[in-house]
Order: sequence, then C-alpha cells, then structure tokens
Amino acid sequence: MAQNTNREVVDAVIAGAGPAGISAAITLARAGKEVVVLERGDYPGAKNMFGGAIYAQPAAEIFPEFWKTAPVERYNVEHRYALLGDKDGTTISYRNGEHSKEGHYNSFTVIRAKWDRWCAEQAEAAGAFIVPETLVESLIIEDGKVVGVKTEQEEFYAKVTIVADGVNSLLAKQAWDRPEIKPENVALGIKEVISLPKEKIQDRFNLEGDAGVIYTILGGPMQGIVGLGYVYTNLDSVVVGLGVSLEDLKHKKTKPYELLNELKKHPTIKPLINGGELLEYSAHLIPEGGFKAMPTLYKDGVMIVGDAAMLVNNVHWEGTNLAMMSGKFAAETALQAYDKEDYSANMLSLYQKKLEESFVLKDLKSYKNVMGFLEDNSKVFLGFYPSKINEFMNQFTAVDGVPKKTKYRQFIGDVIKQRSIPQIMSDGIKFANLAGGILLK
Amino acid sequence: MTDNKGIPEHIDDKLFTVKYKCDEVSHLNPDQEECKKCQDRPCAYICPANVYEWDETQNKLLVGFENCLECGACRIACTAHKLDWRYPKSGCGVTFKYG
Repeated sequence: MAQNTNREVVDAVIAGAGPAGISAAITLARAGKEVVVLERGDYPGAKNMFGGAIYAQPAAEIFPEFWKTAPVERYNVEHRYALLGDKDGTTISYRNGEHSKEGHYNSFTVIRAKWDRWCAEQAEAAGAFIVPETLVESLIIEDGKVVGVKTEQEEFYAKVTIVADGVNSLLAKQAWDRPEIKPENVALGIKEVISLPKEKIQDRFNLEGDAGVIYTILGGPMQGIVGLGYVYTNLDSVVVGLGVSLEDLKHKKTKPYELLNELKKHPTIKPLINGGELLEYSAHLIPEGGFKAMPTLYKDGVMIVGDAAMLVNNVHWEGTNLAMMSGKFAAETALQAYDKEDYSANMLSLYQKKLEESFVLKDLKSYKNVMGFLEDNSKVFLGFYPSKINEFMNQFTAVDGVPKKTKYRQFIGDVIKQRSIPQIMSDGIKFANLAGGILLK
Repeated sequence: MTDNKGIPEHIDDKLFTVKYKCDEVSHLNPDQEECKKCQDRPCAYICPANVYEWDETQNKLLVGFENCLECGACRIACTAHKLDWRYPKSGCGVTFKYG
C-alpha cells in the first residue's frame, strides 16, 4: 500500500460537468459534502450537444421550478411525427395546450451552452467546486480500488469517484476494461442551428408566445437505414438534425452532412428554415446500445453515470433526463456510503438497485430488443412500410378520374407484388413479438 | 440549387460556424501502416467534420485534426481499431456556443 497519508481526500470527485455529473454534484453539495467537478471544456456545456428536449419533471427533481430562472428557450406544446418519402411526406401531430401552463410543462428546448452552464452555477452556489479547462487523463487505481483521478497537472483523491465523461468515456475503458463500443451501439448525431426571427418561427410553426414544436422525422434520406431526423424550435432559431446508426453509415458510405443537406431540401422541411442563417453546425455521438450494451455501473470506489453508462432511451429521445436521474442516484448512494464509511463495490451496488427501481432501467429493459430489431429489419420497417404509407396517402388524396375501388385494389396488388403475403404475415408476427416484449415482459 | 443562401451546403462553410481553440499537436493519430492495408477507410466518409482524407500520391491518411468536433465516430468506426484517439488538451478543441 503505497499511500501518501498526507494527501487531501475530498468526498467526491466527478469527471465531467454535463447533466449527469452536475446532478450528482449538486445533490452531494446540498448535503454538505465536499465535491470537485472537473470539466475539460472552456465552460460546462462547451463540449455538449443534443437533439432537443429537457424534460420538466425529472429536471425539476434536481432544479425545482427551474423554468423560472433557467435559460430555457421554448416550452413544447406539440410533437409532430413526419414520415418522409423522397418527395412527399405524411405528418401527424399531437398538440396539448395545457403544456403551456406552469405545473403542466412537459419539456423545454434549451441551448446547451447556456443550460449546462446555468446548471453548473446552481451546483456551485450549493457549494460544489467546478473546475473548467481541466481534462481528466486517468483514474487512480490502488489495489483494484478507484481512489481518485489524475489531470494533466495534478491528482485529486476522493472517497467516491463519479465517472460522467460522456459517451466516449475513455475513463470507463480504463477502469472497466470495457470492450470497445461497437458501431451498431452508437448513432452519430449532427445538427444545424439556424437563426430566424421570432415572429417567423411563430407563424411557420403555428405557435403563440414562447410555445414550441418538436418534429420526429422518419425516412427521407434515411429510408431503409436506422436513423431519425428532428426539428425543434428555440426562441429565435430552428434546429434541424439527425442521428444515424454508425454501422449503417459505414455501409451506406455516405457523408453524414450530405444526409442532413438532403433532409433540409425535403419539401416537408425546407419551408421551415427558408431564409434562415446557419449559426452553428455540431456533432456528437449518441449511445444507443441501451440495456444490452451497458457497462458494469459500479466498482470499488467508483460509479458511472449518464451517457458514459449508455443510459439513453433512443426510442423516446430521452438522454439528459436519464443522465440527471443517474447522477442523483449515484450521489444518494454516495451519501449512504459516507454514513457507513464503506466505499466498496458491494455498498455502491445500491446505485444499480436505485436505477432498477426507477423508470431509468425499467424503460431501458422494456426497449432492450428494439435496436437489434431495427438493425435487422431496417430495410423493411424503416424503408418498405413507411414508403407504402406515403404511396397510400398519395392515392387517397389524389383526384384523377380513377375510381376509388380500382385505386385501392391496385395499391394492395402493388404491396403484395413487392412483398409476399407470407412475408407480410411474418413481419406482422415479428412486430407483434417486439410490441409484446415491450408491453408484457 | 437552394434559395437558402444563409445555410451553406459545403462542409467547410458549415465548419466555419464552429469555434475552435487549436492544439498544436494532433490528438488523432491513426496507425498509418494499418491505414495502408485498410480496404474501405470508413473514417474518410463517416466523419462529420471531414477530418480524414486518403492521399493516393503520398499513400497516407491526411488528418485535419483542427476541424475535429470530438464526437469519437472515427474511433469506433475504425476497422482495425488502430486509431489513437484522445481528447484535445485541457481548454483546447471545439467550443460549442449553442450545442
């Protein structure tokens, strides 16, 4: 045991000042613990990017009534689902006016550079030490136990270390001996923030005041591959982006920004951003492996939270909320560990239990087969069927002198010609099995 | 063809909107011997910042690390898993103003 007994040991050191790290930090600081958060960016949020929404309920568990003071952009009142063909598209939308009222807020759009910074300021006000421009190079491991972290300049020792260094988590790779993430377990996310005057956004998106809209987009340039697009509204900018499976991108041999260029030219999307000006282009990976790709969540002296732990529900575009909850649970576990002065893996396993008892792991378990299903069946379920919906709508809305019965028969005939009845039945069974797995297991 | 003059299509123009503080040495170091053997070089098309380009005459993978958005896609997509990928030094690299 080559330990320096004079070294300073804080209660917790946290690598990464994103939503997971900051939620852990503020929870510990509020309980009077000494917490150091190390952030490699110029400021918290400088390296962060996401696809749109901060959910009101989980965020308020960490930052009560945050909407009163936090830099939020718009409260979302409508979610549109657009299924795009090459030149056409079918959109359904759900609007709930109640979501514009305090107490009923569902989600907010935010600019991460502002939001993450604000969150970190709250943690700082609660007593946490946030150190920006500081890259954690490695974990300090003594006798198999994590006892702190090493930066370029110095070492920080702590009773508990929380790894919140994001999707690439080089630290998890070191401590967990984690095998390299597979291309099918991540999506590449890219987006463009496009400035538009506030009034234009209100008119184009049918909005009043600071209400906002989210689009989830299937198909278009991503027909037949595992990928989703999105559009959402900030106060005076509109964001267009997409996330596409890295595995599929590898096979498609397309540059990701060319997919985004195509998406922006689609007739359903183009009028939304016409006349705007690009403010920023950005990219980030999204951990999409879900439940099956999660690393071990704790070890002696250490817990892993947020994207680093692969805690993303990609079906619902949830990530920041899972990150915040995981940070909070890790901190609550640490608080119990301090009481018992026990920082062993056995003690910290409570963190996993808390996640399992919450929606976080319950949801990820429910959806654990979805990504595999989509990867295996993308051409059919993300290509063939969506295109048929647009073809049907085209027939259904066209007035061209052809009797309706002829049209329907022709449509059904075409479908069966392209995909046999046994194939269609087998697709139905596959889909029912997937849905059954989500609802029943 | 676009009437969206303010929304450029070319990647260089997109990257022009990004704020960087550049490191002097590359944080991305491919194993050039592996690159020579690599069949499809996925890094050359999956990178959202167009960092990698195969140079036939030099028989070498060129790395424009200054444009890196630090997403990590190349690290995972590298067929041989022989890309030494690190974060830029503290305070270096990309700073998102929106994100």
